[in-house]
Amino acid sequence: MNFDLIFRHAPDLLRGVWTTLWLTGSSLAVGLVLAVICAVILTERIPVLEWLVRGFVYVFRGTPLLVQLYLVYYGLSQFPEIRRSFLWPWLREPWFCALLVFALNTAAYTTEILRGAIANLRRGELEAAVAYGMSPFTRLRRIVLPAAFRQALPQYSNEVVFMLHGSAIASVITIQDILGVGRTINARYYVTYEGFVSAAVLYLAVTFVVVAIFRQLEKRLMRHLAPVAAPR
Amino acid sequence: MTLRLSLSGIHKRYGDFEVLKGVSLQAHSGDVIVLIGSSGSGKSTLLRCCNLLEIPEEGEIQITGETVKLVKSLHGRKPGDARQLQRLRSKLGFVFQSFNLWAHMTVLENVIEAPVHVKGLPKREAIEKARDLLAKVGVVGKEDNYPSQLSGGQQQRVAIARALAMDPEAMLFDEPTSALDPELVGEVLKVIRDLAAEGRTMLMVTHEMNFAREVASEIVFLHQGVIEEQGAPEAVFNATRSERLKQFLARAAQK
Repeated sequence: MNFDLIFRHAPDLLRGVWTTLWLTGSSLAVGLVLAVICAVILTERIPVLEWLVRGFVYVFRGTPLLVQLYLVYYGLSQFPEIRRSFLWPWLREPWFCALLVFALNTAAYTTEILRGAIANLRRGELEAAVAYGMSPFTRLRRIVLPAAFRQALPQYSNEVVFMLHGSAIASVITIQDILGVGRTINARYYVTYEGFVSAAVLYLAVTFVVVAIFRQLEKRLMRHLAPVAAPR
Repeated sequence: MTLRLSLSGIHKRYGDFEVLKGVSLQAHSGDVIVLIGSSGSGKSTLLRCCNLLEIPEEGEIQITGETVKLVKSLHGRKPGDARQLQRLRSKLGFVFQSFNLWAHMTVLENVIEAPVHVKGLPKREAIEKARDLLAKVGVVGKEDNYPSQLSGGQQQRVAIARALAMDPEAMLFDEPTSALDPELVGEVLKVIRDLAAEGRTMLMVTHEMNFAREVASEIVFLHQGVIEEQGAPEAVFNATRSERLKQFLARAAQK
């Protein structure tokens, strides 16, 4: 293992970490907002929209992330209409395609997680909210979503880690994320371990931090499930 | 004696099964009306119709003199004015059999939630009031605990404080002690007894016959969806007219 080579490329690798972080982070943020909207549409059974959401979730959970990325990055550019449209300045950018695909992908998975969490809420707590005169929106904002988020947290932390690891796929469309930098090192020097082991170690480190953050979050937000003393 | 709650000609069906077959009932200020009857008699359904947790297919409901607007829908009726219904519901305090406190909120947060987010009371004011109410129901020093950390009796007393925090025009109790261990029933009944003594308007479904006799100003006995007997507790319990109520009371006494 040539550590010299790794140290020489340390700045590139750190830039790679940054790229992975913002790409994953923004995708998760956009995806979460979309997922909340989609999950509410599913639970409230809003006509027409419900079927659109179902279709969206089915397609994005039913196909590999890599295929989705290829279809958007290579596929959309096949249509002259798209190349002429106002969207083209964005859609020709690899980072935008990656962000779009990742956000939609995590939105689909998170929709299912949230829908399940909302379906599992105690009926009585929702009934109490109704009985105290809360409007549907207040109910959602104050009772349903806060309770569902807490319930969904362990599953969602898994989704975040999956997304972080899945984001490595961005490297196939030239993005210099952690794996992208590893691939560059591999291609330039014909060495395998220096690039890929560095990438693996960096993913491991980021995952460790993410998991630690979620553990703290769970501790804080799930206090209500941990009795401090025997009830009396 | 202002009219707080009035139900007239209430019919409620679940599919082919008619739970309520034309029930009328009025609660004036200060009334403590206790609904009794065997399970399946429709007493809980009637209570839930009062704040439209169940929407009756026929009949009219007035809350503080205002008629709840209902319109025809595919399977019966639905609220005709969502805002009106929210406003009227916020005037009634509902206490559930299974407490139904919001599990992700602390005791204090549970009590201030509706005053702040439904009535728009300033948070500071709501907290001050919540502390007074929690003291009143005898749950002190637990403000920052979560419901799961309390006993059933404490949870139900917090739920009563939550209802009181809305300054309700009438309070509805749906079997408030049925989910409690026997040794915890007393502490909840005591709180309810104090509220009755304050002259609060209350409608209650309960199986505690001695308690009913003691606090009620009026007893309503429901049988198979109709009011079978109704009147002051002395009359209903001591000079029972209905054969069915006699049987019901005899069975209740055996327990």
